[in-house]
Parts: sequence; structure tokens; C-alpha cells
Amino acid sequence: MLGYAVRRVSGAVAVLLIMSAVVYVLFFLMPANPAQLVCGIKACTPDRLALISHSLGLDEPLYLQYWHFLVGLFAGRDYSTGPSIVHCAAPCLGYSFQYTEPVLQIIGERLPVSGSLVIGAAILWLSLGIGIGVLSALRRGRWLDHVVNAIVLGGLAVPIFITGLMALMIVCVWLQWMPFPTWVPFDEDPVLWAQNLVLPWIVLALTTMPVYVRMSRAGMLETLAEDHIRTARAYGLPERQVIGRHALRGALSPLITLAALDIAGILTSSVLTETVFGLPGLGQMTVQAVRNVDLPVVVGLVLLIGFVIVVCNTIADLLYAAVDKRVSVQ
Amino acid sequence: MSESVVSVRDLVIDFHTEGDTVRAVDGLSFDLAAGRALGIVGESGSGKSATALSLLGLHRGGNADVTGSIDVLGTDVLAASNEQVRQLRGNRIAMVFQDPLSALDPFFKVGDQIVEAYRAHNKVDRRAARKRAIEVLDRVGIPDAARRVDAYPHEFSGGMRQRALIAMALALSPEVLVADEPTTALDVTVQAQILDLIHDLRAETGMALILVTHDLAVAAGNVDDVLVMQRGKAVEHGPAADVLGAPSAVYTRELVAAVPRLEQPRESKVVGGEPLVRVDDVHQVFTVGSFLNRTKVHAVEGVTLDVLRGEALGIVGESGSGKTTLARMIVRLLRPTSGRIRFDGRDLADDRALREVRRELQMVFQDPVSSLNPRRTIGESIADPLRVQGEDASRQRVRELLALVGLDPDRIDRYPHEFSGGQRQRIGIARAIGLRPRLLVCDEPVSALDVSTQAQIIRLLASLRSEFDLTLIFVAHDLAVVRQVSDRVAVMSKGAVVELGETDALYDNPTHPYTKSLLAAVPVLDPELARQRRLERGLLTP
Amino acid sequence: MTAPSEARPGFRVFAGRFRTDRAAVFGAVVAGLLVLLAVFAPVLTAIEGQDIASFHSDLVDSARGGVPLGPLGGISGQHWLGVEPQTGRDLFARIAQGAQISLLVAVCATVVQVFLGVTVGLAAGLGSKLVDTVLTRLADIALAFPVIIFSLALLTIVPDAFPRPLLLALVIGVLGWGGTARISRAQTLSLRTRDFVAAARLSGAGGFRIARREILPGLAAPVITYAALLLPTNVITEAALSFVGVGVRPPTSSWGQMLSTATTWFRSDVMYVLIPAVMVFLTVLSFTLVGEGVRVALDPRTTRLTRKAG
Repeated sequence: MLGYAVRRVSGAVAVLLIMSAVVYVLFFLMPANPAQLVCGIKACTPDRLALISHSLGLDEPLYLQYWHFLVGLFAGRDYSTGPSIVHCAAPCLGYSFQYTEPVLQIIGERLPVSGSLVIGAAILWLSLGIGIGVLSALRRGRWLDHVVNAIVLGGLAVPIFITGLMALMIVCVWLQWMPFPTWVPFDEDPVLWAQNLVLPWIVLALTTMPVYVRMSRAGMLETLAEDHIRTARAYGLPERQVIGRHALRGALSPLITLAALDIAGILTSSVLTETVFGLPGLGQMTVQAVRNVDLPVVVGLVLLIGFVIVVCNTIADLLYAAVDKRVSVQ
Repeated sequence: MSESVVSVRDLVIDFHTEGDTVRAVDGLSFDLAAGRALGIVGESGSGKSATALSLLGLHRGGNADVTGSIDVLGTDVLAASNEQVRQLRGNRIAMVFQDPLSALDPFFKVGDQIVEAYRAHNKVDRRAARKRAIEVLDRVGIPDAARRVDAYPHEFSGGMRQRALIAMALALSPEVLVADEPTTALDVTVQAQILDLIHDLRAETGMALILVTHDLAVAAGNVDDVLVMQRGKAVEHGPAADVLGAPSAVYTRELVAAVPRLEQPRESKVVGGEPLVRVDDVHQVFTVGSFLNRTKVHAVEGVTLDVLRGEALGIVGESGSGKTTLARMIVRLLRPTSGRIRFDGRDLADDRALREVRRELQMVFQDPVSSLNPRRTIGESIADPLRVQGEDASRQRVRELLALVGLDPDRIDRYPHEFSGGQRQRIGIARAIGLRPRLLVCDEPVSALDVSTQAQIIRLLASLRSEFDLTLIFVAHDLAVVRQVSDRVAVMSKGAVVELGETDALYDNPTHPYTKSLLAAVPVLDPELARQRRLERGLLTP
Repeated sequence: MTAPSEARPGFRVFAGRFRTDRAAVFGAVVAGLLVLLAVFAPVLTAIEGQDIASFHSDLVDSARGGVPLGPLGGISGQHWLGVEPQTGRDLFARIAQGAQISLLVAVCATVVQVFLGVTVGLAAGLGSKLVDTVLTRLADIALAFPVIIFSLALLTIVPDAFPRPLLLALVIGVLGWGGTARISRAQTLSLRTRDFVAAARLSGAGGFRIARREILPGLAAPVITYAALLLPTNVITEAALSFVGVGVRPPTSSWGQMLSTATTWFRSDVMYVLIPAVMVFLTVLSFTLVGEGVRVALDPRTTRLTRKAG
């Protein structure tokens, strides 16, 4: 098991290094000139351009730029913004000249929004998705199963920005059950925090849920058909135990990986959700950064997301190996 | 006759699948008296397993319709409530399944699964149940049971898992044990151990046994009565010695006749030709695992042997003995890690030499499902090697080949799934023979087939051998089949050839202890002889 | 007792199974209509007597911020789906062009994904251990990569001169081959250990012949199945990218872009939200139904799974 863990973690580190290099090269090489973008077009004098180039480190060879970036990640680095020098503490993901803040700090400010959104939604989609999927498997072929199947297909066909728009239109405009969601920090007013997030939670959960319904249903049916379930029944275990212990364990273990990936995909799902509901989280920030061509922020974000995904993936693999002891042996 | 513990009357089992109804069991009746053993014997599709499952009511909630009556220890299994059936299962009638690899839940420790089953019927605390689990694991011969109780199923070998399942049954001390092909997936020596274990436990506890098997010889040594099934019906039922010694039904007679006899000498023509294949100190080492924790598996360790021109060389061994690896190296599907293989004087390690003799080394595979590409017609599969070698690959030629192996040439455009296992094996032989090879290596060519089909394929190979002057290497785990086919036999164990000799001499006077234990483990058709063998085995392995 | 036979479903068997699946047939009909709408978009717009670009300021109520005049967003004989708020451009023409963009991008992206995926999968499955390890890792990264975020970033830095729909298809395709690669690799690995491949090698067949004759046909079923479900996903991705504003550029219209503008109008002009939403829904649903139908018809195991008793 330990050997397996070491292998997985070292693999993950390798993946992260490769990914950071690719992202770095892609984003700092491809556009015409990032310094020009920062500098703007009208007010840009050659002196100013050179200064920005220098402060961004763009006058150095690429491998050095990447090296400084890596060093910044682990030891922090300094950026000069013309008159003053700004220190960006480790782990330094970069410095945004548009926000005049280190990227990590900007991300930190927005993280609670996206975090609240995803954690609440994940609780909903996991419990509902697995519950409905398992129930549907146990009632396979009956009307409940058919209804669930139809809803799942429909659910897969509606992207989150449509569900979100419809929800806003129906709940907030027509029925006027609640005002448009706004962000209230949890430590300011927990009740308002939850009230405002209820709609985004439900919408995000509804669009993520169908896959879980489907996978837990299929997993359940597959496990129920396995020989060891027959053994459990042949030795007179109560049906409650056969399903609750043996069938569920086999059916739900594969969901660990899926759930980890989805939770790691905070940003991917939050880009659309936050755009629809106007929540000031990481997703919205990504869209803004992209519109403003704020490259350090974009690179920092992409790397951070990659990091989160790789970490969650590795945790999922280790968890899975802990649940299913056969994995680490193979 | 004492009171019966199991009584089945007019049992009919229908399976419903996609609008079809298949009758698996058709009006079966039998009784099992307390403490007795009944063998239910039949080929695949005879309905024997469906019968076994229905005794425990395991058809419930499935797609089977069961009518008639099943009485187990006074409980009407078909009419009883779910709870009544649950209390019966395991506690009074327990079951051991065919595939020990999948019969235990991979997510739970072996001991915990026994504890769980035990506590489903006994109101005891976990500690007492665990004590019982260790006790029964020890009794069924799991070494170091107090520690192995916490092992997961994948940490057990196939034989040990089957023992663990028997331990689970033993823990509950049921009055009846139903064993559905309990040893089919196991090696012959392990099979003998498991059957001996069940035999001993019955002697100790007096539980009755229903042994479901396709192998008449397995039944012979382990049951008092035999029930022969064919297409869901009982064709013969009586004391084992009578049914197997002097069968009255035509089907039983055919079945008994088709069973290859270990003790039957063969009219082997002694071949004294010069060697066609020379295998010289060949090794094969596989590395498994990822690059950070590699382990090396020595599949073949230093085999040296000659295959003589025109002979049939049998290679026997249990799983993991390296026999298939050796066979694949001889036809050069695998490159030996070290050592040399020469075919007709040419070194097969040399790519140019190999290209010259490629077509002369052909192979017939074990699994008739995997040996033909499911997406190509059989005609295509047979014609392809001819095409690659630039030979006549016309439809006429392919039709001739089909006729040669006893198949209807008009089925040339059919796909593999439209053929039975035996027929597919014939197609595989046609593909191999098409290139007129000098050496044909058959890797377990009949082990996936029913006995009657086995006999046909073996006859076909024999006739092709004389017709085309083939040299044959016949790899198999079944010692009786190998004796039927081979002029000389090599016995392999743990990657090495432990004994090699003329067939009759080797079978009648084995010298190596491994060969002896292997031969002693083979089940025999004569119940009296089987009893003797069991005693001998007891003496062989202390 | 016998191993499950790997039945080769001939096309007729496949079509027969597909036809009995009512949901799949419904999906196929709707999908067919959508394809027709996309292909004949200019013709249909001409028949309607409108064009994409003309502003109709007479059809919107400038006093109320530009809401279309008349009920249901200005639906009439001249404007089959009404007009766009503020500009008064014909909505049917814009929806039809949206269908073109949506299907074109999704289909091209799927083709790219399948091509890359199968190539990488085959190479990983048949290549050496090192090749396999490297390619598998790459596929893992590709699978884990947040496509939307990455496309967002990529789409920003690529110059505007590059044709947008092509760029969208490339970005979605190049980032989304991981799944196909994984499936192709798994299938290749399972096929290459089969004895029929060994038999081909025994007959002297080379690696390329084996890949083409013995392996590739076996990849068709799982890859087609997967691709049929990739297509609707790609429709969603395109709509999402346009929704956040990095898709096709105006004046070209797309459904996602309309929905994005619609967010500011759904209090006053409901139809402007509903029409593109319904189009996206119908497209994704119909293609998903077709994909499901293909999956069930190609893979007898699923039918068994749903019917097999526990």
C-alpha cells in the first residue's frame, strides 16, 4: 500500500511539472506580446514597454522565465511595478498588474464563494444521485425505474446555464419566491448565506446528478449480479445486509473517483454557474481575467486548477486503493 | 432407507430471456437420505446447476419460473416465506460454488465474511464468532488460521478460497451441503485435496452431500448415488457403481465411453526419428508491475528437450507450471529470455531463419472463443494466413479445408458466434493446417469442451496427423487425455521438466514424486479404485 | 457456463435493435430535422423572406428599452420566431444560423476527438511499455483538464483572424480526446492478448496488418458508442463557450451567445430566452437519445444488464 502511495504521488508530481511547463510556454509564448497587452495601445511608450517587459521578466530566455516562475512557486519572488517593488510570497503564482495584487491573493479572496457553492451542491448531488440511483436499481423494470431513466436523460440534455436561467426566471421573476442570489459571506450572516445559495446549489446539483444516478444504478445492478452476492444470500444473510453492506460497497466504490474529479472541477462548474447567478467567485473571475487578457491571473488559475485536479485525483486513487485492497496489488 | 433430507418432485425450471423461454429442468424428481451423497452429473446445459441453486431457493427474485415441489428438511422451499428460506440457507443447507475467485466478496476480510454468516444464524458476539471462524479455517487446512482470518480473498489461492467457503459452511454445521462443480476451476492435485476434505468432513459430521459435476470420475469417488441429467431430465439414477460400471441408458453409456481413461494403455507406435525441434536450456522470465516495483516471474527455468520427427509429445502440468509458455516459445510467439530453440536445424532467434520456417510452426489454441476474430467470417480467418504467405487463398481452397476438418463448406461466410465450441476448435485446426505445417502445437485444445466433443476433436487430430505426417506437441492439464494422444510425455512443474519418457512407461511406473502425486490425484471412474486412491493419497501426503 | 459469446452484430441486427427503441427513433427524427434546418438555413431564411443582418427598429418598442412589439416576442407570419429585442433582427434566421454553428462545431470536434483518441489509443495499446506509460499519462491529463477553463484561455490568445467555428472545433477536439483514447487503449489491450492475434502472428502477419485487420474492427463498436455520446457533450461545450463570450464573434450568431444576451432580457422578453434554450435542449436531447440507442443496439451486454436478475 505504501509503495503504491509513493508511486501515485510521484506520478502526480511529474504530471504537475509537465503541465505547468506546457501552460507556461503556451501562454507566455503564443500571444503577440504580453507586455504590450499590459501596457495598452494608446498610452504605451517604448520606454514603458521595455519596463513592463523587464518587470514581467520577458526579456529573459524562456527557460529562465520558467525557472523563475518555479522558484517563485517555492520561494516567492519580487516584482517591480515601476516605482516600487512588490514581494510575492511563496507559493507565488504570479502577479497581476491589472489588480496590482499577487494572483494567489486574488484567488484567495474569491475562493470562499466557489467553495461554498460546490460543497453545498456536492452534498446535494451525492446524496440525491446515489439514493435515486440505488433505489432505481432495486426497482429495476418498474415504473419508478422508467421515470428516473427519463429524468436522467432529460437532465443530461440540459446544460447548467439553461437550468440556471430557467430557475431564475421561474423562481425569482414569475413566482418571486426569493430575490436574485447575491453573495453574503458565511461569517457575516449564515442564514442569508444559505438563503442566497439555495438556488445555485439546487441548479448545480441537478445538472451534476444524472451521471451519479446512472453510475450508481449500473454499479448496483452489476454488483447484484456478482457471484459473491449469491454467496451472501446462500448463507442466509438478511437481504438488508446483502444490499446495505455487500452490494453497496461494490457499487459505490467507483463513484469515489468520479466525485473527486467533480469536486476538483470546482472551477469548471463554477464558471457557468457563477456567470448565470452573478456570484463573485473564481469562475466569474476567470471569465473577467480572460476578457481583460490578464495573463498572469489566467496562468495562475489554470495551474491552480490543474494542481487541485491532480491532488484530488491522487487522493481518489489512494482512497480507492484503501477501499478495494486488490488495486495496490495489481 | 432413512428419512430423506431433500425431496424433489416434478421440478420444472423455465428461464425467461428477451421474450424467449428456455426449459432448463423438465420434471426432475429425486430424494436424498440423511448422511448420504448424491452426484448430479451432466454436460453443460443439462440443468444440473439450476437444480442445485433451486434447492436453496436462490432462483427467487430472478427470471426463473420454478414449479413442482422441493422439500428441504421439512421446509417447502417453493412456498416458504423469504424469512423461512433465509433461516434454512447456510444454517441447514449450505452451498459451495464453482468459481472460488468470485464467490467471496473482494471488499471484506475472509474471516469477517465467515463471522457475518455465522452471526446471521447464531446469537453470539463478534468475539465468539471470530473464534469459531478461526476454528473452522484451521479445520479446513488453512495454515496459520489465527492470522489468515484477517486476510482478504485476493490474498488466498484458488484452492484456499474454496477451503474458506467450505469453512463458512462448516461453521454453521448444516445437514446438507450442495457443491456445484466445486473443483472445476482447480488443478488436479488441489481438486483431490478439496474432495478429500469434503469427504473427511462428511465422515466427521454426517452431513449429506449433493455434488454437481460434469466429471463422471469426480462423482465416482465421492458419492453413493448418481443421477445423470440430459436436457433437464434424469436419464439414469442409481448406485454409483451400477450407473458408472454398467450403465443402462444409452446416453450414460456414451458419456462413460467418452471419458478418457488414465489407466488405459495406448497402442503407441515407438518413434525413433531424429529431432525436429531441439529446445536447449530455455528460460523465460516475465517482469510484472510498474517500473518502481518490478517483480520477476520465472515461468520457464532451463528446459531442455527434443521433439522427434513424426512423434506426438505430450506436455502435462498444472496451472503455472510453464507448459503454455514453453509451447509459445517453441512456435516463437514468445522470445525466450535465454537459451536456444532450433527447428530443423535452424535457430529461431534468427529473424531470417524464422521467416523461412514460420509457416511450418502452427498452433491450435485453448479458448475457442478467443481464437477466432468475432468480426470476421470464418472463411476470412482461414484464408488470411494463406494470403499472408502468398498461397492459394481461393474460396475453393477454404471450402476444402472446412471439409477436411468435418465442417459444412457452405458455412464459409458465417461468423464464429454461429458455431459451437467444438466446431470453432475445428475451424482453428483448419486455419493451422492450411499452411501445411510440419509442427502443430496444440495448447489445451480440448479443455474447454464437453467430454463427447473432446473425443471427436482428439480423433480429428489423430487422423490429420497421419494424413499430413505431422509432428504434434500436445499441451494439457488432463493426464488422461494426454495419455490417449501422446507417444512420449513430459511432466512440467514450476517451470522445469521433472520427468520425460515413453507414455506407458511413465504412467505405469512414474519415478518423480511430483508425477506420482499428480497421477494419484486423478479421479477415476471405478468407485472401488477411487477409494483405494484416496487411501494412497493419505499416505503420500502426510 | 460457457463464456459469453462476442456476437458480431451485423448492420441488420443493429438496425433492427435500434428501430425497436422508440426513444432512439424519436431522437433520430428530431436530430434529422435539426440537421436539415442547419443545412438549409439560408434557403429557409429566404423562404421566410428575411435575412440575418437587417435591423428592424420599427418592430421594437424603443420606449420600453427595445422589447419586441406584439405578443410572444413579435412572432408573426413575416418573423416566424419573432425578432431580437433592441435590434429587431429576425430571430428565425439567427436561430437557423445557430444550428449551423452548433452542429458544425460539434461534429468537427467529435471527428477530431475520435481521430486523435483512436490513434493514441492504438499506439498506446500496441506500443512498448514506455510508449504506453507516456501516452496513458497524457490521456489522464487530457481527461482531467478543465476543458472550459483551458478553452477560455486559449480562445483569448488566438488572433481574431482565425476562423472562429474552426477554432472552436479544434480547441474542443484537441482538449477532449482523452476518453476515446482510454477506451481505444483498453479495447486494444484486451484484443491483443486474444488468440486470434497470436494466430495472425503465427501466419507471419506484420504489426501493421494486425492493427488494421484484427484490432481496428474490434474498436469500432466501443468507439462509435462513445462518439455518439461525445457529440451532444460537444454541443453543450460550444454553447457554454459562446455563453461566456469566447465563442463565435458577432455578427455571426450562436445559441449560447443568444442565451448570454438573453440574461438581461428575461424579465421583459421571455421568448428570447426560451427559443435558444429549447433549441439547445432539443439538440442535446435528440443526439443523446440517438447515442443511447446506438449504445444499447451495439452492446448486447447493456440489454442483459438491465434485464438480468440479481
